Amino acid sequence: MEKVMRLAAEKGVVIFSKSSCCMCYAVKILFHELGVNPIVHEIDQDPEGKEMERALCRLGCNAPVPAVFIGGKLVGSTNEVMSLHLGGSLIPLLRPYQTLV
Amino acid sequence: MSSPSTQFATSRRMGIYEPVHQISMWAEPFKADCSPNTGTSTIIEVDTKMDKSEDTSQGTIGSSKKYDQEANKPPDKVLRRLAQNREAARKSRLRKKAYVQQLESSRLKLTQLEQELERLRQQGVYIGGSFDTSHLGLSGTVNTGTDAFEMEYGHWVEEQSRQVNELRTALQAHVTDIDLRLLVDSGMNHYYDLFRMKATAAKADVFYLISGMWRTSAERFFLWIGGFRPSELLKVLTPQLDPLTEQQVVDVYNLQQSSQQAEDALSQGLLKLQQTLSETLASDTVVAGSYMSQMTTAMGKLEALVSFVNQADHLRQQTLLQMSRILTTRQAARGLLALGDYFQRLRALSSLWAARPCEPA
Repeated sequence: MEKVMRLAAEKGVVIFSKSSCCMCYAVKILFHELGVNPIVHEIDQDPEGKEMERALCRLGCNAPVPAVFIGGKLVGSTNEVMSLHLGGSLIPLLRPYQTLV
Repeated sequence: MSSPSTQFATSRRMGIYEPVHQISMWAEPFKADCSPNTGTSTIIEVDTKMDKSEDTSQGTIGSSKKYDQEANKPPDKVLRRLAQNREAARKSRLRKKAYVQQLESSRLKLTQLEQELERLRQQGVYIGGSFDTSHLGLSGTVNTGTDAFEMEYGHWVEEQSRQVNELRTALQAHVTDIDLRLLVDSGMNHYYDLFRMKATAAKADVFYLISGMWRTSAERFFLWIGGFRPSELLKVLTPQLDPLTEQQVVDVYNLQQSSQQAEDALSQGLLKLQQTLSETLASDTVVAGSYMSQMTTAMGKLEALVSFVNQADHLRQQTLLQMSRILTTRQAARGLLALGDYFQRLRALSSLWAARPCEPA
């Protein structure tokens, strides 16, 4: 859990993902489209991956991956990211971190 | 009275129902000409004579009366009904032909599937649960998930039509905003019901859902991950919502953009899924580890498909929700009406297309 929280607190957009997960891939594509280069942690390639997955589940996301943090705060999974975006609230959150234009 | 009786007997033996033929038969003993009027009067004469007779064949009298009524009709109506009968018979023959063709291709598919099943069994792969054959419905187990969905969807469409008509009437009658709000809320909830139904169906058979076979053909043309593209629907709706305030125009445009970006992301994710599934199945068993593990990985990929369908429906739901926030009640009502009409026209188009006259094969 500490590892997750430590990594999540990194400045910027942090995504916990699995290299085999295509929904994670879709979320990454969306962030690139919005001009953001997220920090991605592939937990299936991490030795502590299983524990990280359990920790992410405990944080309340309906799926452990993708789990998105912006500026250290948990945004949620795909559902939450999409809802925010369609509601127009995602881009304001991303503004400080938009590097690719 | 013998000759009319013979006529009866003859007609029963022949068992034909062509009134034209009957006219000539009836007319014969009385040497009537071919004009309808004289034909009619002679037939009536025969009838009254029959009624007075002690003839017990009441049934035939009844049926001959029916033929008389046919003969009493002007010939062009008779001819038209004959043409309609011919048309109906032709259509019936075509339907039967299509049905037989479908049966034969299904039989072929069944044989192929049985062979596949046998091959997999020999390789030691566990085959459990309902062996899904989608819309062919060949498997011994009835796929109740999709059957239930199809039925529910049928009811949903009927209710949709009813609500659309209610909206139309209400808008024309200039009802109060409060009443309109109730209709708008029902309309929105109705769409949310559909997404709930689809989520359940996706768990039962995701391939059936994304095939769009539960929708009409013209709707299927626009299919994107099991339904319509939200951004496309917005493009359809927006012109019909005029006049919009400047802020509304900006908001709708932004919503369209966001939806498009989200749709693109999902589409790319789905492409990636196709690629990885293809790679999984294409790799040599030696590399993959074993046939069993290859299949297990592939099955896991297919599970992901369900989440893509759910995300697509989530997008549709969010688009509706956001529009209801951007628009006034009256605009939302007009929007729902426009949407409902659009879908109805697509469905009608599908029916017209299916019924168009074709050159016989």
